[in-house]
Amino acid sequence: MEALSYSIPISIFLGAVGLAAFFWALRGKQYEDPKGDAERILSKEWDDHPKP
Amino acid sequence: MTVAPASGPSASACPACLAAPAAESLAGDLKGARLTLSLPTAHCAVCITDVERELARHSGVRAARVNLTLRRVAIEADAGIEAADLIARLKAIGYEAHELDPGLLTSTEADRRGRDILMRIGVAGFAMMNIMLLSIAVWSGAEAATRDLFHWISAAIALPTVAFAGQPFFASAWNSLKARRLGMDVPISLAIILASSISVYETMHSGHHAYFDAAVMLTFFLLVGRYLDYRTRAVARSAAEELAALEVPRATVLRDGAEVVVPVGDLVPGDLIRARPGGRIPADGVVVEGTSEIDRSLLTGESLPVYAGPETVLSAGEVNLTGPLTLRVTAAGQDSSLHRMADLVATAESARNRYTSLAERAARLYSPGVHLLAFGSFLTWLYLSGGDVRLAVNIAAAVLIITCPCALGLAVPAVVTAASGKLFRAGLLVKDGTALERLAEVDTVIFDKTGTLTMGTPEAANLHDLPADDLAVAAALAGASSHPLAVALAEAARGLGIMPAAVTDLREVPGYGIEGQWQRQPVRLGRADWIGAAPGEVTATHLRIGTAVPRSITFADRLRPGAAEAVAAFQRQGLAVHLLSGDVPGAVGALAGRLEIANWHAGALPAEKAALVADLTAQGRKVLMVGDGLNDTAALAGAHVSISPASALDAARTASDIVLLGQDLAPVAEAVRMAAKARRRIKENFAISFGYNVVAVPLALVGLATPLAAALAMSISSITVSLNSLRLK
Repeated sequence: MEALSYSIPISIFLGAVGLAAFFWALRGKQYEDPKGDAERILSKEWDDHPKP
Repeated sequence: MTVAPASGPSASACPACLAAPAAESLAGDLKGARLTLSLPTAHCAVCITDVERELARHSGVRAARVNLTLRRVAIEADAGIEAADLIARLKAIGYEAHELDPGLLTSTEADRRGRDILMRIGVAGFAMMNIMLLSIAVWSGAEAATRDLFHWISAAIALPTVAFAGQPFFASAWNSLKARRLGMDVPISLAIILASSISVYETMHSGHHAYFDAAVMLTFFLLVGRYLDYRTRAVARSAAEELAALEVPRATVLRDGAEVVVPVGDLVPGDLIRARPGGRIPADGVVVEGTSEIDRSLLTGESLPVYAGPETVLSAGEVNLTGPLTLRVTAAGQDSSLHRMADLVATAESARNRYTSLAERAARLYSPGVHLLAFGSFLTWLYLSGGDVRLAVNIAAAVLIITCPCALGLAVPAVVTAASGKLFRAGLLVKDGTALERLAEVDTVIFDKTGTLTMGTPEAANLHDLPADDLAVAAALAGASSHPLAVALAEAARGLGIMPAAVTDLREVPGYGIEGQWQRQPVRLGRADWIGAAPGEVTATHLRIGTAVPRSITFADRLRPGAAEAVAAFQRQGLAVHLLSGDVPGAVGALAGRLEIANWHAGALPAEKAALVADLTAQGRKVLMVGDGLNDTAALAGAHVSISPASALDAARTASDIVLLGQDLAPVAEAVRMAAKARRRIKENFAISFGYNVVAVPLALVGLATPLAAALAMSISSITVSLNSLRLK
């Protein structure tokens, strides 16, 4: 039962990390053009970061 | 912006003259142009690359980024870059593009709302998964202190989550209560709040059942439904805005001898306005100066241009073809014929707004039913248990949670999202949420002629009857004019590989035609009365060489691609097809014969078109109106559902529910089939979610529903409904 005392905080922490990552992606406008992003992977004119 | 004054005239006098260009370019930076173009035909990775590369090659363009979801490209360019140049460049590599007025696009605000819902979904999803981990432990047999601990941790996660993520429902429920209605959000909010508070109470008293997972899961699934619904609407709205942004209504007014550009709304009767060739007449007026030809097809459906000279009365919306005109405004704003048309539309629209969607009908039955059921079970258990409030409230909450319309909330948006997406890919934009449902009921289709079944652009019909010499002269003359018939003729001659003859002294006489000299004899191409030819029934231009007998070159309106297929498909589906036009009987009858449409009406005025639609509606028919002109708007608005091509006038597009984005008319028939399928899926979804309730509600009523049963019922029904929606082909 002692395992609970650290496994629960760990699971909640990991979940919170995922949530933070989601927020970060959302704020970074990564969901603006899902269709375009899906197609861009096929393009040879790749870019390291979104153009402004 | 503080740099801008430094680049003024005084800058050249300063010692640091070298800095001036830099300052100027900086000032240019600040107000560099941000252009947005719509790309209706872009659909793949190659399109993205092509468009971006081509635009980047244009000097002055700093960056271009295609958004394939919205089918737009955002361009950052130096000030002074004209959208028209970029559009021409894109057209040259085969992409249709239109300029959009960025001021009319409110997408940034819409994005914020979408992101807001997404954020709430994220929070609810995080909480749901964490609580589920703890709940599974409880369900699999955690006892006493452990169970209480898990319940407390769940509460610590669930309460803030519900308070944050449930806000859209609480706000909407509160609004509907204030308006004394029982919307769908009232039972939803009640279930969420009741589930959370009961669970807190149970946890405090070491109870066995806590519904934290159910409360959060409910929020999560309903938010997903809400987001789908929102996104469909946002996409449709942004595209509708896009269409509105295509036209920027302005007029050139002569004030004290100078030309001033003003918004059309500021015109007053008595103003003198300039109408350029190729431009739209901005207000009703009388010609004071100049001669030209006028295309009134968008207003009346006539395909033949008419002559305009001094004293000719023109209406707003007509297109000036050949010569510049000066008009005295007779009616503007409220009184103009355009506005009277808008009034017709407004009355017709209020009739349509009475349509109740399937979702509304379901909610109307559902909300009171759920409340009665929950309240009834509360009273019954209070009586049966001899006053055990805790038990009675627990059971009532279980009933509310189980019946809560998770699947019902997804039933409509999931299908509409899938269907709209499919139709958008086929080139149809669904502007109105209930349009698909209404489209599914259609049994009569009315087509407008000019601009809808036909392209509204003429095509030379009898070039093969003319001697080669005549053709060469005609091509040379036609090449000197921007009149639509001349343009069509020149294009057709080029297509036949005819070299234009060496005609000299070319001169266009606005309103009449073009004349010139060829082998020392005068040659003319233009209107029948100007040439000395007999005017005919069909659209034609006439050619005379020297004193020879004039020859007529006839034109037919080009059929829109897919028009024949669409009409045939409708007839195969057993729908009644009508052709309704303001054009002359000859032209309408010919087209009706070509497309095998038995019911056709020619010379119809706008009010008559609307009356025919109203007539058919009164006979109990559900009418689909397909039209593009101003003369169609009242009929479009009055019909059960309406479609207009993207090339249609602003007012017509606003009045219609669905906009055809491409040139091809064939997807229209496809849309009706898709709508019927979508409606079937929506009904199936209702049946599925109702089916789960039939099984689960009795369990809840007799007090056997556990949080596990609630969680299972909720997630399985939501997933089944979503999967069923995706089956749409």
